This record gives sequence, C-alpha cells and structure tokens, in this order.
Amino acid sequence: MVGGKPKYLIFLGCVIPYRLSSYEISARKVLSALGVELVEMPEYNCCGFPIDPINHDTAIVLAARNICIAEMEGMNLLTLCNGCFGSLHKVNKMLKEDKEERERVNEYLKNFDMEFKGSIEVKHLVHVLAEDIGFEKIKNSIKKPLSTLRVAQHPGCHIIRPRKLVGKDDPENPRLLKDLINLTGAKCVDYRGENECCGNPIIGVNEKIPFQMAKEKLDHIISAKAEALITVCPFCHIMFDLNQPRIEKLFNVKIGIPVLHYTQLLGLAMGFLPQELAFDELRVKPTIYLKKFLDYNPTLEV
Amino acid sequence: MEQPAQTVKAGEINSKFKYEISKFRGAEKITLCFQCGTCTADCPVSRFSEFYRPKKIARMIQLGLKDRILSDKHIWLCTTCYTCVDHCPQDVEIANVIRALRNISVRHLKSLPLVYKELAENLMKTGFVYVIPETRIKKREELGLPPLPKTSPEEITKIFELTGLLSLLGTSQTFERVE
Ligand code: SF4
Ligand code: SF4
Repeated sequence: MVGGKPKYLIFLGCVIPYRLSSYEISARKVLSALGVELVEMPEYNCCGFPIDPINHDTAIVLAARNICIAEMEGMNLLTLCNGCFGSLHKVNKMLKEDKEERERVNEYLKNFDMEFKGSIEVKHLVHVLAEDIGFEKIKNSIKKPLSTLRVAQHPGCHIIRPRKLVGKDDPENPRLLKDLINLTGAKCVDYRGENECCGNPIIGVNEKIPFQMAKEKLDHIISAKAEALITVCPFCHIMFDLNQPRIEKLFNVKIGIPVLHYTQLLGLAMGFLPQELAFDELRVKPTIYLKKFLDYNPTLEV
Repeated sequence: MEQPAQTVKAGEINSKFKYEISKFRGAEKITLCFQCGTCTADCPVSRFSEFYRPKKIARMIQLGLKDRILSDKHIWLCTTCYTCVDHCPQDVEIANVIRALRNISVRHLKSLPLVYKELAENLMKTGFVYVIPETRIKKREELGLPPLPKTSPEEITKIFELTGLLSLLGTSQTFERVE
C-alpha cells in the first residue's frame, strides 16, 4: 500500500450476506469514499467461529483455509464481523508463532494444495479505520457533523478480548470505536458496562439469558441518555436491532433505541443520504433525535 | 452444577481428568485455579443464569468429576466473551477450558446442541453456516453489491472428514434448550 491506495480483501463471513446487507452497503460506501480499495475474495468459507465449540481442529482448518486464499492473493483481510476477526486473527497469529502447530495444520491443508505461510494480517474494520486510514483523514471527510446527537458505543467482545490476543485497545475501557464515533460530531456518551457482551452466541440454546444481557445494556444506554447505539459486528447488531422488539415483548417495556452500524453513522456525517446507507433496513426506526439528520427521507417516518 | 449440594462419591472421581483437559490449547493452566471466584463474579452469563458458574466448573475439573461435568448441559451457556480470560489472576483462560469440555463432551457422549448440528450441516452444504436464500443472492444485484464469492462445499466436507467431525455428526444425538 506504499504510495498507492490501501487495498484489502473483504471477508464477508456468513451473517452479513445472510441478513445484514445494510452493514455491507454502508461499509463499502464509506471505505470507498476514504480511498480504500476492496477486492472480492475469489472464494471463501465460514471463518470457523461457529464450529469451534464442537470441534476446535475443524474450526482452525476452516480459518486457515481462508487465510491461505488471502495469502495467494497477496492481500490483508478486512473483516466487518467481530466473530470472523476473532477466529481468523487467532488462527493467523497462532500459526505464525507456533511452528509445530503450523506443520500440523499444513498437513490438513495439503489436501487442498494449500500451505499456510504467514504472510498476511487480519484486520477488523475498526482497526483499518483507526490505524491504516487514520483519524485525520476521517475527520477531513466529515461534511455534515452530527452535532447534538448523543450515541453509545457497543464495541463487542472479539475486537477487544482476550487482551493478549488482540492487544489493540484497552478491554476495560475501550477507546477506538468511541474515538471514531466522536469524529462524526456525535457525542459518544459513557455508560456502565460498555465493554460487555451482547449475549448472541448462546441464543441457539437459551434465549432468556442473552435477552437479559442485552436488556441490561439497553437500560444502561437509556440511563446515559444516548439516542442511538452504534455497533461494528453483525451478531451484536442483530441482538440489539432485530431482537429489540422481542426483548420489549419479553419484559413488557418500550425501549425504542435505534441501532446503527458505525459505517451508517460515519456515512451520514460524510454527507451520504440515508437511503444510500440502507437505513430503511433497520428494524428499530429512527427516533426524533436521529430523524433530524435523516429528514429528507420520507420512507423513514416512524 | 445440575443440582445444588450434591455429594461427591469416591467412585466418580477421575483424578487424571484435569490432565486430559490441560492438553487442550488454552486450557493448559486449569490446575492452577485457586478458586478466587473472579471468573464467576465478572461473567455476564452467571449474572443471569441460575446454575452457570465458571469457578465451579474449574473446581469440578480439578476434582475429577468427569462424567458429571461432561454431561452437564450448562457448559453450553458460555458466550466466549473472554472476560474471565482477561481477569483470571492465575491465567487459567476459563473460556478455553470450557471449549475443551464442549469438544470432549461431543466426542465422548455423542451429543450436542441441535443448533450446532444445523450450522455444521449448512456449512457442508453451502460453505456458509446459513443457507443463504436465492432471493438474497439476487437482491445483492439490485442493491448494487458484487456477486457473492463462490464456496467449495466438497472441500469443507473433506475438512470435516479429516478432522473427525463428519462421523461425529452422523452418530450424535441432539438437544435443544439449556436451562
Ligand atoms: S478467576 Fe481463575 S483462579 Fe479464580 S476461580 Fe476463576 S479460574 Fe480459578
Ligand atoms: S467467556 Fe464464558 S465463562 Fe468467561 S466470562 Fe464470558 S460467558 Fe462467562
């Protein structure tokens, strides 16, 4: 990327193509406006994260296979999903550092004419924005600062923890997403439990516990008088946006907190129209606070 | 964890179990747990679950209550948020210990939550853990998104076969809900 455009292979994972095109659409828009070139993977498979609980080896080989494809393309991987980042980054780091493990995994990969070499990096969107593009450039791209909007961050787990694996942010007081949010002119408020989990990974075996976890977070967000919640992971987004009506029903309360992908928030501040950023796909409709930044879109009326 | 205050019978103790667990990556330090309780105190799932307690899981492994912990469905309630991993003063990496328990449990008991079986089967069929409907794939075009990259379900199936997951899936029972 020296001198040229920053260039990445985009790793979409499974959840985004399955049901969250709003994240993909808005991410492609803002990254392109920031001069990032996204190259499509020639092919890929699930990152391995959902399979790790039942078979660690299967998950490692699934992740390693994706990394090998990226190595053959000679580009770093950019993920939009915390789960994909966690899985791919963990395996990439482990195979780079542990020669014995690398040899063991390469035995599997031989069957597909692949070999892990250790020549690429795996980055989450937040790392690409904060480290590779930089705050200065993002700040200069803001045309319509979202001043007066108060929002809360939900960084999610796997881009901050485990600390010794990720090491890019402070897991006890995560700053990267908060700083990125503040660049848009919106104010990112502090609230209790900012660094806590959304609960989504166990929803397949138990709904009540994750709904209680998410409800507790939403309560803290309401107490901090935030007017929207900002996510950077499709799993977390589904938990707070798509599932919000179900949480409201379970607890018999009205929550009504709109949940935006960070790329939608940034896109608005960069001057994109809400319809260009797929705001109409959000389940929880924009409230009055948010609406003043969307006012030219009649389809978003509550 | 299933029922409170169960007595431990000498016959159910398998003193080698902790070494079996410590062979798993990330679970090496299980023997160092000194029962401080930090993991349970900081675990968001423990806050809402009546039975899920990572500290107790660590102690059951140390005691060698192998059959009891492997058949306890509560091990499927960890969200892998890794808070316990960051906070444990003994560096036990309890989330990885729980992953080891789940892996062993699937292998020994041939039983797993239905959701994982479905995700794994979708993955072998499509390369993704969800079956992405044709309409979604078409809609990408309308939305101006590039076509979805291709996948290689045959190679995924081969990975499942080589790593032993394929035969496990074929022979395992499933259960749906925990707690
Ligand atoms: S925090 Fe670590 S040492 Fe303390 S009880 Fe949990 S696993 Fe054991
Ligand atoms: S990783 Fe699992 S056991 Fe550890 S704190 Fe999170 S939910 Fe609890």
